[in-house]
Amino acid sequence: MAFQSNNALVRWIDHRLPIFTFMNAELNEYPTPRNLSYMWNFGSLAGIVLVIMIATGILMAMQYTPHIDHAFDSVERIMRDVNSGWLLRYVHMNGAHFFFIVVYLHILRGLYYGSYKAPREILWMIGVVILLLMMATAFMGYVLPWGQMSFWGATVITNLFSAIPFIGPDIVVWLWGGFSVENPTLNRFFALHYLLPFVIVGMVFLHLWALHRFGSNNPLGIDAKGPQDKIPFHPYYTTKDLFGLGVFLLVFCAVVFFAPNYMGHPENYIQANPLVTPPHIVPEWYFLPFYAILRAITFDIGIPFTGIVLIDAKLGGVIAMFGAIAVLFVLPWLDRSPVRSGRFRPVFKQFFWLLLVALVVLGYMGAMPAEQPYVAISQIATAYYFAYFIVILPLLSILERPKPLPASISEPVLKGGGSVAGATAKPMEKP
Amino acid sequence: MLKRLAASAIAAASIFVAAADTPAEAAKAVPVPDYDFSFDGVFGTFDQMAKQRGFQVYREVCAACHGVRFIAFRNLMALGYSEEEVKALAAEYMVEDGPDENGDMFTRPGIPADRIPSPYRNEQEARLLNNGAYPPDLSLMAKKRKGGPDYIKALLVGYGEPPADVELMPGMYWNDYFPGHQIAMPEILFDGSVTYADGTEATLEQMSLDLATFLMWTAEPSMDQRKQTGISVMLFLLVFTGLMYAVKRKVWADIH
Amino acid sequence: MADSADVQHGVEDQSKRDFLYLAAGAVGAVGVAAAVWPMINSLNPSADVLALASIDVDLSPIAVGQSITVTWRGKPVFIRHRTEEEIAEAQAVPLEDLIDIQSDDERVEQPQWLVMVGVCTHLGCIPLGQNPNDNKGEFGGWFCPCHGSHYDTSGRIRRGPAPRNLEVPAYTFIDETTITIG
Repeated sequence: MAFQSNNALVRWIDHRLPIFTFMNAELNEYPTPRNLSYMWNFGSLAGIVLVIMIATGILMAMQYTPHIDHAFDSVERIMRDVNSGWLLRYVHMNGAHFFFIVVYLHILRGLYYGSYKAPREILWMIGVVILLLMMATAFMGYVLPWGQMSFWGATVITNLFSAIPFIGPDIVVWLWGGFSVENPTLNRFFALHYLLPFVIVGMVFLHLWALHRFGSNNPLGIDAKGPQDKIPFHPYYTTKDLFGLGVFLLVFCAVVFFAPNYMGHPENYIQANPLVTPPHIVPEWYFLPFYAILRAITFDIGIPFTGIVLIDAKLGGVIAMFGAIAVLFVLPWLDRSPVRSGRFRPVFKQFFWLLLVALVVLGYMGAMPAEQPYVAISQIATAYYFAYFIVILPLLSILERPKPLPASISEPVLKGGGSVAGATAKPMEKP
Repeated sequence: MLKRLAASAIAAASIFVAAADTPAEAAKAVPVPDYDFSFDGVFGTFDQMAKQRGFQVYREVCAACHGVRFIAFRNLMALGYSEEEVKALAAEYMVEDGPDENGDMFTRPGIPADRIPSPYRNEQEARLLNNGAYPPDLSLMAKKRKGGPDYIKALLVGYGEPPADVELMPGMYWNDYFPGHQIAMPEILFDGSVTYADGTEATLEQMSLDLATFLMWTAEPSMDQRKQTGISVMLFLLVFTGLMYAVKRKVWADIH
Repeated sequence: MADSADVQHGVEDQSKRDFLYLAAGAVGAVGVAAAVWPMINSLNPSADVLALASIDVDLSPIAVGQSITVTWRGKPVFIRHRTEEEIAEAQAVPLEDLIDIQSDDERVEQPQWLVMVGVCTHLGCIPLGQNPNDNKGEFGGWFCPCHGSHYDTSGRIRRGPAPRNLEVPAYTFIDETTITIG
């Protein structure tokens, strides 16, 4: 439907560049399932957090010095001397934590309601790419203040690449631009930390493009049968998203203003010292489950009884860690069940909550020293993580008997009171 | 039921993760008592006089070995000193400047814009003069140690005789709260170590509390401003969120 | 009848909703503005920069006829110990010959000391004239090589594209031979 406007300038522009028509179609009239729960708030919330991160990040980049002799001091200068610098930094620092909280909830929602299934496979895969980019960005950003955790985190993570057979050590030297994490490393991490968020923005647009092709999934996981199942995005979901934003900001600002260092490590207020490793180095919480998977592989994998090692423990750990993300790319083809929503999959539901338990356990184990019984527990949780995707979901696709699906989205909404006539008259009309 | 299990697992993990920050150290470090500071809590602010007294303890006792390199003389105005007092104080210190027209470095009296000079030129000199131990810079001490100001106060009052079965390494002292208990810094604060300008009795308890307050300020000078801003922001957000909730309900009224 | 009651109800509903929209929009706008201001303000001079906004300069080593350049707020400040001839020349210029009318007296605290920001008022180049062998321009003061602005011995623009005289910063003598600039 072409966009109508009373403003002659808007019509003039729109005729030549139909940007108003586009925005009207995608942000205003965009038909959205009428039954989305608050679990659907986290997508737009993640977008807003990304904007906050980019805005505070650009302003801090204007005050920051990416040199090993000055980085730590320049961050302290932001905290002490720059007008509202402490605010910019604490928002950015805690924004990273909350970005992951929001995105993890967004992903878990997708996992539970089968949002990755046809026809949304590419939408899902772009999302996984965004997650990977976020992880890389967060990791490199954490290096910039050049504290002890920055330095040793960078050292440990870049050393992961030395596990690659034959060329590993050369790759690590190439990543560093030297023979250890040094000034060239800090410089390139700064450049990439500035660049990647804009790549994320690009991917977010692709993500939205793919989303708007078929529209949002919904808690019932069934397709809309007609206009009575959908409502325009504005004002319904704009107001709902803004209310969600308010709740989010209340929690976020409580942390920023009253406990800004709660989620950080005290060690990172010590300037990097390449000669002293802190007694216990731990990644940020959002990497802990993957860190636990890395450390769970404590055994070599080889041909039994021959003593031939094909994959040593170090490489195995790295493969498992990256595999934990890579498996998400093929998830749409592992879960073949025609039913999307976990609401109608009684067995799947149990395994899903167990996956959540496994992830929390892994997160906890990632913060523990690499000793027994933590390693054994990590191994069990890791095994479950992979089994969930590679074994359980494919089997459930065949074995599980889903509950009967409702006939349409509006049916359960209307069931029990509410006049059918009134409800069907409303859809897709502006109040 | 698994859902409930998941929820309680998350709750339990969040407690654990908070507590298990540095478990390797936890084996050695003793939990630090929770002291009462003026700046505790959401509404707590720095006690101005405690900051001044803490600065006096720092200047007369700690400064012999420890720097506060992120603090400039001008920052001391936040302790309640006037510009003239700060100028006079800065002028008592000699600051290295240069090079002059002959290419030489020279010293001159400090100005408010100068950072407070550290006692040693670098870590090497500090170690040389302290039997290999390095007295760390104190500016960020309240943020870089677990327990922060509580840890600082505990450390200062935590000196004592080692248990009978422990033999101290040469040049080390026993401290109840230092991780590993053997610390190279000797006990240095005793009742009456300083004579407070404001007449407060300089007990060890008082001095350690004041010093911890001063060092919390050096680590986080914007804390008062942060909390004040935070309270306004929270009030604003409550109004905004409440309004948005009303709007959302109004808009959705005809859908449900 | 029922219809008109419905309409009545609808109108009330409408105005209540409009009020809520307006209130939420206003509060939201205030919030965005309050959040954006600290961001913009973060680009203003920071506390450490402001702390260096004034400097003390010792004039005693500067001989008559000599100039020095000191840095103040990142800009060069020209300080010239003027000769008697230069002072006489600067004072003798009829004011109507000037582009930016200002007497020499207005530009100095003490006639022998000329203190001014050494930035050409045209487009910000640094004029020549501080060294004895520099081209001092046709009026014996300073000459900006970028676009040919000539300044006299009082630092006033006499010819060329610059619109104003070289700026005199705020400074005070704190004793006979020391000034505080800024």
